[in-house]
Amino acid sequence: MYDLLIAPFTEFEFMRRALAGTLALALGAAPIGVFLMLRRMSLVGDAMAHAILPGAAIGFLLSGLNLFAMTGGGLIAGFVVALLTGLVARTTELKEDAALATFYLLSLALGVTIISLKGTNIDLLHVLFGNVLALDDQTLLLIAGNATVTLIALALIYRPLVVECVDPGFMRSVSAAGGPAHLAFLVLVVLNLVSGFHALGTLLAVGIMMLPAAIGRFWARDITLMLLIATASGALAGYAGLLLSFHTGVASGPAIILVAGVLYVISLLFGRVGGLLRQAFPGRHLEA
Amino acid sequence: MTAALRFHDLTLGYDRHPAVHHLDGPVEAGALVAVVGPNGAGKSTLFKGIVGVLKPFAGRIDLGGLKPQDIAYLPQAAEIDRSFPIHVYDMVAMGLWRRAGLFGGIDGNARAAIERAIAAVGLTGFEDRAIATLSGGQMQRMLFARLLLQDARVIVLDEPFNAVDAKTSADLFDLVQRWHGERRTVLTAMHDIDFVRAHFPETLLLARSPVAWGRTATVLTPENLLAARRMCEAFDEQAAECVEPVTAA
Repeated sequence: MYDLLIAPFTEFEFMRRALAGTLALALGAAPIGVFLMLRRMSLVGDAMAHAILPGAAIGFLLSGLNLFAMTGGGLIAGFVVALLTGLVARTTELKEDAALATFYLLSLALGVTIISLKGTNIDLLHVLFGNVLALDDQTLLLIAGNATVTLIALALIYRPLVVECVDPGFMRSVSAAGGPAHLAFLVLVVLNLVSGFHALGTLLAVGIMMLPAAIGRFWARDITLMLLIATASGALAGYAGLLLSFHTGVASGPAIILVAGVLYVISLLFGRVGGLLRQAFPGRHLEA
Repeated sequence: MTAALRFHDLTLGYDRHPAVHHLDGPVEAGALVAVVGPNGAGKSTLFKGIVGVLKPFAGRIDLGGLKPQDIAYLPQAAEIDRSFPIHVYDMVAMGLWRRAGLFGGIDGNARAAIERAIAAVGLTGFEDRAIATLSGGQMQRMLFARLLLQDARVIVLDEPFNAVDAKTSADLFDLVQRWHGERRTVLTAMHDIDFVRAHFPETLLLARSPVAWGRTATVLTPENLLAARRMCEAFDEQAAECVEPVTAA
């Protein structure tokens, strides 16, 4: 049992680093995912993950596989798309989804063009799938730093974020903080995508956000509990996914997301809140 | 008496078409005013203007030193996401926003106030219920509890008793009368003319332009109501630009 569950982490430093990275990632990304889901923006994360590509690609073009260049570029591209989207959605008839769709597709096309100008298949694989087993000090610090910033910022904007989400009309009538809180939230989304980008790649970065959030929804009727469950299941998926990858030799990023997928299917079937079995066999009706 | 609000030749609308046209006059502090008129008469538009959601085309609203945020506003169809995982208690607690703001704590006094507000609307025992499980009437009761906590000097209610049963509307109207007794200024959009005659001292009859405004008995005459009904509901796409201010009938 020890050999199976703990030894990989005590014996191999790269596994310890990977574990620290995934736990930090889950800590920041899972709560962000919950808010994305509650704001009906589940696919926005996915779109944003593509939107950061040209920035990262320009960074790569300028200085190769350099952490800071790619991160900075990704952040800038993500922020530009997020801000443009927010601006267009708030000032014109285009809704957020339509505004984002236009900008992220342009961004993605730009990113792929830039990568195809210079680059090899290996570089592309790194960008698409990340590599959680090869996190260096800098990357680890970046992920941990992003998680810290995310949690502190979420604590600061928690109230307007929740109120704007559940009753935007009321939010507008009592305070002007709704708009800035929403923009700050979009910035946090990008920040966590950049973290996820290094560990899991652009394709799977959203997985560690959205799957834990969806799991939480099946177990909690209250947002506080939902956030806790999402974070815990994200961390569990990270831990179990790394073990699965270590023992079977499958790629670590997909392994983490697949474990989260298993947790999701279990929740879908057995979840206390709207799980399928619960719906199929609700028990006899009550007296009152 | 001093005015809580004063409209100065106010015109509000959408896409250059006026929905409230040249409204002039004061709402005295402590007044209980029914705003009556057919659908499309501009009642909701007027309220949106008062709380600052809609900017006037012309004229202005004098809030007597209040900020729009100081006005408690219950929209006709609250944009509430009823599937959001939040309890009745937290929803009501939002009413403390003006005092607690972004970071302020909820202390023992505040908790007691929240519980009193929940009790006042008859929702005691529902504190830990998810809002998704509430009926329409219970939802409206919860929103009134939130209004209670907002403790505002001016309260604007847009058709608050639509689609709730007689018991609920009677209970909620008790709260409106309590606010009136506390000398708060209350504007309420209403469709039930008989109810307005029985309970509201003052009425503003709107049909895009103000038809009449004053004591309810003198406003809700058959002639005035007929005049309000004749108002054309659709915007005229060919309408000329309005240059002459018209005065209230």
